[in-house]
Amino acid sequence: MTQRRSFLAQSAAGATALAFPLIAGAQPKTVKVGILHPVTGALAFSGQQCREGALMAVEDVNKTGIRSLGGAKLEVMLGDAQSTPQAGSAEIEKMNEAGCSAVVGAYASAICLATTQAAAKYNLPHVVDVGVADQIVERGLKNTFRFGPGYRVCAQVAVNNLHVLNVAAGRPAKTVMIIHEESLFGTGTANLLARELPGFGFDVKEVIKHANPTRDFNNIVLRMKAVNPDIVIPANYFNEYALLVRTMQQQKVTPKAIYSVLGGAASSYKFLKEFPDAADGIIDCNHWFNPKDKRAAELRRRVEAKGLFFTYEIFNTYTAVRLLADAIERAKSTDRAAITDALERSTFADHFMPYGATKFVNGQNQGAQPLMTQVIKGDIRVIVPREYREADPIFPLRA
Amino acid sequence: MLEFSILFPSVLNGLTTGAVYALVALGLTLIYGVLHIINFAHGAALMVALYAVYLLKTWLGIDPYLALPIVVPAMFLLGYALQRGVIERASHGRDENILLVTLGLAIVLENLALLVFKSDTRTIETAYTLTTVPIGPAFIAVSKLVAFVGALGCAAVLMWVVARTDLGRAIRAVAKEKQGARLVGIDVAHVYAMSFGIGLACVGAAACFLLPAYYVNPQVGGGFVLVAFTIVVLGGMGSFAGALVGGLLIGVVESLGGLMLGESLGQIGIFAIFITVLLFRPQGLFGARA
Repeated sequence: MTQRRSFLAQSAAGATALAFPLIAGAQPKTVKVGILHPVTGALAFSGQQCREGALMAVEDVNKTGIRSLGGAKLEVMLGDAQSTPQAGSAEIEKMNEAGCSAVVGAYASAICLATTQAAAKYNLPHVVDVGVADQIVERGLKNTFRFGPGYRVCAQVAVNNLHVLNVAAGRPAKTVMIIHEESLFGTGTANLLARELPGFGFDVKEVIKHANPTRDFNNIVLRMKAVNPDIVIPANYFNEYALLVRTMQQQKVTPKAIYSVLGGAASSYKFLKEFPDAADGIIDCNHWFNPKDKRAAELRRRVEAKGLFFTYEIFNTYTAVRLLADAIERAKSTDRAAITDALERSTFADHFMPYGATKFVNGQNQGAQPLMTQVIKGDIRVIVPREYREADPIFPLRA
Repeated sequence: MLEFSILFPSVLNGLTTGAVYALVALGLTLIYGVLHIINFAHGAALMVALYAVYLLKTWLGIDPYLALPIVVPAMFLLGYALQRGVIERASHGRDENILLVTLGLAIVLENLALLVFKSDTRTIETAYTLTTVPIGPAFIAVSKLVAFVGALGCAAVLMWVVARTDLGRAIRAVAKEKQGARLVGIDVAHVYAMSFGIGLACVGAAACFLLPAYYVNPQVGGGFVLVAFTIVVLGGMGSFAGALVGGLLIGVVESLGGLMLGESLGQIGIFAIFITVLLFRPQGLFGARA
């Protein structure tokens, strides 16, 4: 008898299980999204920060799911670009094969250049989270959308503001030295700066590039000593930036300002915590959140609760994923063309970046702008523009 | 640009870097000189040692220099155990097998590090991290000066061991004639393992001197080991004096190259010298003619 009962119970369970797919068919489906970053190799720190930001955004989106798709959840396919463009492209191939509806990535400019192009072959929408090189959005790729500012905008803002600061202080700074990393991002930024600065009366004494990774900055700092510039402008990634500024401190090189343009460590809480003395007074023109927006403070609290630093990689990629989720919501579809179309007409405003509502022209968000920050009394404060200002700029650092 | 006040610090900087290169190369050349194998796992061993120093500092607060008596014997034991337990067993005495085994070890170690530590680049902070000493017109970081003196000290000890002790004599005997050494009662397997152990102990010392001024990530060994191989060939395979002089030379060439040509092209000088030496003195600077 017991046997017969258990047989009945088991059959019932089995039948339910068999019937389950029918019920599952009515359940919200998932939207497959590729999250692609250089999580190993020279850019691993930044890549992992990006991935973390993306995953936190996915977690937030999945609390409700995509409502227009019956609460469909984002299903993440993680990719590792291994800090090289080739590996990035290879991951795009996999993501296409796996049927991803869209991709967010891939941090470094040189990698983004390759991944956006690879994705374009399959009309796979690609939201660029950081990648500041303007070529990324200037090749007429219909699938490519960049939420943040490009390096031309950043360089222009930086140069204009340097001019304003310098004039206000009685023009103490005349000479400039630019130190940049040798890939697309650093070289492009440095070229723009070297072209713009003379127009504002600055003499660009020297432009030096270096590899990633660079083990020793003593030679560069020795050249700096020989040139003795009023202002040093670094444009490089975190590790090299940190090493450069530390070596300057060691060699007792104290320019009137360290004025970073997209400096990998200049406005980083990680750098500030690890090297508070070296970081003091550094000005940076970089991706930054609206300091008056409570959602930014809330995300920062969550990130720090995980034992991570709230760096630009995290909040840039976080908002990039939110932008994509918003587009999928309005597309009401997992279809690539529909999502591309929704991104093109996006007016995403529910974010904490100082960009306003999105408006894409040729894939570039028109409202995107960098903010100017300075390390003042052990904290990173926004100094320019006025509507986001938290503290008055200190320029020059020494008379 | 060619002022003394710029050139002099650059040369000093090159010498201090070169001394650490030399220390890494000494270990490599010892292993090559005795075992006649190219140890592809040398860079990975340096990485392991750097992580050991890093963990001792961050977990137990042990200063990198005070970690020397821990890391050096630990790396020695690791080397001894690796040779006896893995390389000797897996290679069956065939050179090409040894090559593959060390290459495999390097891959395993690097990926283990990647698994445990991720590829995050880590540095340590010490009280003397940013302290410099003025030497003439130059400011040399204390950590680099210590590395220079320490590396030269280690090289001296190593050379003394090889030249004057019974172990050293046994190592030289095995390097010259394995069968003969066995006939006079030398435990060849033991000497092999001792050599491998001492080779890794050098790397352990290098790690202690390196970390205060440097960083560690799972790929960190690669940069050093390429330079170390160059030094070993440049100085003469198996020559200690060659490794030492070669290391210092490469350090200075790299530094001046970086100063003159820019950081990205700095290493051109190294390989230019390397090719020149191989063309005109293929046995290396201090190598004996085969």
